[in-house]
Amino acid sequence: METAILKSPFKSEEYFVNMGPQHPATHGVLRLLLTIDGEVIKKVEPDLGYIHRSIEKMCERDSYQQIIHLTDRLDYLSAHINNEAVCLAVENALELEVPERVKVIRTILDELTRIASHCLWWGVMGMDVGALTTYFYGFRDRELINDIFEETCGARLTMNYNVPGGLRHDIHPNFVKRVKDFVAHFKTKLPEYDRLLTGNIIFQKRTKGVGVLSKEDAIAYGASGPVGRGSGYSCDVRIHHPYSALHKVNFNEALQTAGDAFARYQVRIQEMWESLSIIEQLIDDIPEGAIQVATDAVIKLPKGEFYQKVETARGELGVFIISTGTKNPYRLKLRSPGLSNLSLLNHITVGSKIGDLVAAMATLDLVIPDIDR
Amino acid sequence: MNIPLNISGPLHNWLFAILPPAAAGIFEMVIMALVYLAIFAVAGLFLVLLERKVAAWFQLRLGPNRVGYFGLMQTMADALKLVSKELTGTEKADKFLYNLAPYFVIITALMALAVIPFSSGFQAFDINIGVFFIIALSSIGVIGILLAGWSSNNKFAMIGAMRSGVQTISYELSVGLSLLTMILLTGTPQLSGIVEVQKNGWLIVQGHIPALIAFMIYMIAGTAETNRAPFDLVEAESELGAGFHTEYSGMKFAYFFLAEFINMFIIAAVAVTVFFGAWLSPFGITESIPWLGVFWFLAKTLAIVFLMMWFRWTFPRLRVDQLLKLEWKYLLPLNLMNIVLMALIVWLNLTIQF
Amino acid sequence: MSYFGEIYHGIKTLLTGMGVTGRYFLTSGKGAITQQYPDNRDTLQMFDRFRGEVVMLHDENNEHSCTGCQKCELACPNGSIEIIWDRGVDAETGKKKKFIEKHIYHYGMCTQCGLCVDACPSNAIVWAQNFENSVYDRAELTRVLNKPGSKVRAGVEE
Ligand code: SF4
Ligand code: SF4
Repeated sequence: METAILKSPFKSEEYFVNMGPQHPATHGVLRLLLTIDGEVIKKVEPDLGYIHRSIEKMCERDSYQQIIHLTDRLDYLSAHINNEAVCLAVENALELEVPERVKVIRTILDELTRIASHCLWWGVMGMDVGALTTYFYGFRDRELINDIFEETCGARLTMNYNVPGGLRHDIHPNFVKRVKDFVAHFKTKLPEYDRLLTGNIIFQKRTKGVGVLSKEDAIAYGASGPVGRGSGYSCDVRIHHPYSALHKVNFNEALQTAGDAFARYQVRIQEMWESLSIIEQLIDDIPEGAIQVATDAVIKLPKGEFYQKVETARGELGVFIISTGTKNPYRLKLRSPGLSNLSLLNHITVGSKIGDLVAAMATLDLVIPDIDR
Repeated sequence: MNIPLNISGPLHNWLFAILPPAAAGIFEMVIMALVYLAIFAVAGLFLVLLERKVAAWFQLRLGPNRVGYFGLMQTMADALKLVSKELTGTEKADKFLYNLAPYFVIITALMALAVIPFSSGFQAFDINIGVFFIIALSSIGVIGILLAGWSSNNKFAMIGAMRSGVQTISYELSVGLSLLTMILLTGTPQLSGIVEVQKNGWLIVQGHIPALIAFMIYMIAGTAETNRAPFDLVEAESELGAGFHTEYSGMKFAYFFLAEFINMFIIAAVAVTVFFGAWLSPFGITESIPWLGVFWFLAKTLAIVFLMMWFRWTFPRLRVDQLLKLEWKYLLPLNLMNIVLMALIVWLNLTIQF
Repeated sequence: MSYFGEIYHGIKTLLTGMGVTGRYFLTSGKGAITQQYPDNRDTLQMFDRFRGEVVMLHDENNEHSCTGCQKCELACPNGSIEIIWDRGVDAETGKKKKFIEKHIYHYGMCTQCGLCVDACPSNAIVWAQNFENSVYDRAELTRVLNKPGSKVRAGVEE
């Protein structure tokens, strides 16, 4: 890469800046090679691989129960949803029907995860455009969700609560009450988010018309999640291919058509409302029943190829398993939302200012371990 | 030079009694300089602490509370740490300019402090063009920032410095014009004269609507002059790391840091002098106790400093082109209109006087 | 007129934002969300399911219930558990029996996934809720879970 830059015929005004791997705006070890003319960005080249842990290869070594704890470490802000993706894939392959109770609890935890992830994103988004206080308000609400997770699942981030065939243990007796308290609390805080940041004229000026992505480009680049939906591309897996208890609930897909950073911002705020509504529909009657169906101690998938996709907080996560009938997958491929969302960074930021790059990148909501698996 | 300082009156007489006049004059100046340096250091450290506490309270945190009672010694400890730290620098930095830059910033901040009328008589240097002197000084400070960014041999620092140049050049127009609006009302740019006029009511009351507009413009432009959020593009953390002072460490960094806070204090102090009656008490309630003037002055200044902190911990940062648009498209035309309005009001005698 | 309308609208949104932070400022006396961490160590209570560190339960006779079945070793995804076992003769029955010499737990490698605890058939290992686990020497992270001189409780069968 260095040589390519040395060879390229620079115009005299352009210069070259390394943004990262340690930079406040990249939220992790991502390196962006920026070619800049004054303040105007000419080219953005992401450079990946700083925290590659070869998770896909490790999966080929591990049994299906063991794989799940590795997926915690992909997009750590959607750990529960990642776990569920692998579990669903394994359950589909084994043609297991998990109890209703498991499905409902999984969906509730999914949506809590989504809210927690969006809370963090909201705080960091504010910080990236310079409003430092949002960070603490976002974290305050996220901590409440983390407490719920810790009480029920045993960890705040890498929960590893799903097992093929169900859940590791039953929900904690306090779970329902805590979730209800949180929903009530968060309903008063979300309007505050709007008053503090969404409505703010400076914030709107900073995000409206910035990082515009058309619907065609969103599809062409494989954008998913709030990034795709901000461009009017209806791509919510929860709507189009419902899994777990999602067929039992009514919710709307958050869609915006503008395709700019502000549209993506609004999609996420709207998604938090939708998630709250999903939780409210499910929390009151969690069906009784078992929390696991028994599986063999050594799970062997039938020979074949299995694919399962879920909607994480960042977009579509796909798990593709090729099994040769042994206790390990022959190949496990993860389709992570972050990588394809990152791929359009150059497309949406060329020609804008450095400040726009930061704002646009914040609305892509990149989690680097998700990109560098 | 006349040094009209009440508290130093006895000292002044005593010095001139025991020393020849020339030596006594020099000696007195040295003492004054030391007093102001002390004010500078204490005010800087105190403001840093205040900012951290206020930020914590806005952000549902506790703030520094370990060193000393209620954390009062925290910034002292930080200063000690900074003094003892190694001074690092980049290999290919322009050494001379690199070392010079912090002094530009800190000396201009110190000089501006000298003209602030803390109380009746407690003013080191009552120059007859006080307001212009302050405006002129605030534009020298930016040279330090430009030098720092240029000489550090760091691209992020340079982007920050260039932004700073653009920003200060634009916004000092607004600072100057909004203060000029008020000078229409007072008829003198001398700070003590401005205070004198306000004995008939603070200027923000005397000048009512245009004074209020001028105050708002001054606050916005003043915040921009000090490079604080929402105008902190110079050190925009999420964009440029630390901006122009990326490559500074130890005490040299502390100079930039302190100067930022002193500049904030100066902007607030000028606002208090020009709009809120400096050391005059509200409705003259403590007219009979002159030394309370210092108290009133500091109280008002801190109120405005608090306002600036409130801005900083609430608003997102502007982008560089929006920063310029705000100045040239909104503040400047409004300011010019406002001057005309003020001139009309003064001409038609529509001011409110008590 | 939209020029002034825009200014008015802008100032209004800014003041709304300041209202939000201002309210928090005024109620800051009771609302800190952060904790004085090392000071409140004594009162900090972790949730009982919290996965801090794998420990082996011993009773007052210095007996544990680990039979040396090695199920935990097999379940561990990253080889954090190593069991050194031997065969001996049971004093009562006179039959040959497997027993553990050392149950070695490499805490530095453990990802707190919980598979070993779930896999253990005799509940010999459980989760401890401790959370301050930094050490100065990496070797300290390799722990032998069964206490010296301990033996398996009578009646616990593989
Ligand atoms: S918790 Fe997981 S990683 Fe740690 S020892 Fe047990 S099985 Fe191994
Ligand atoms: S700890 Fe449990 S699983 Fe591991 S060897 Fe002992 S009895 Fe078996």
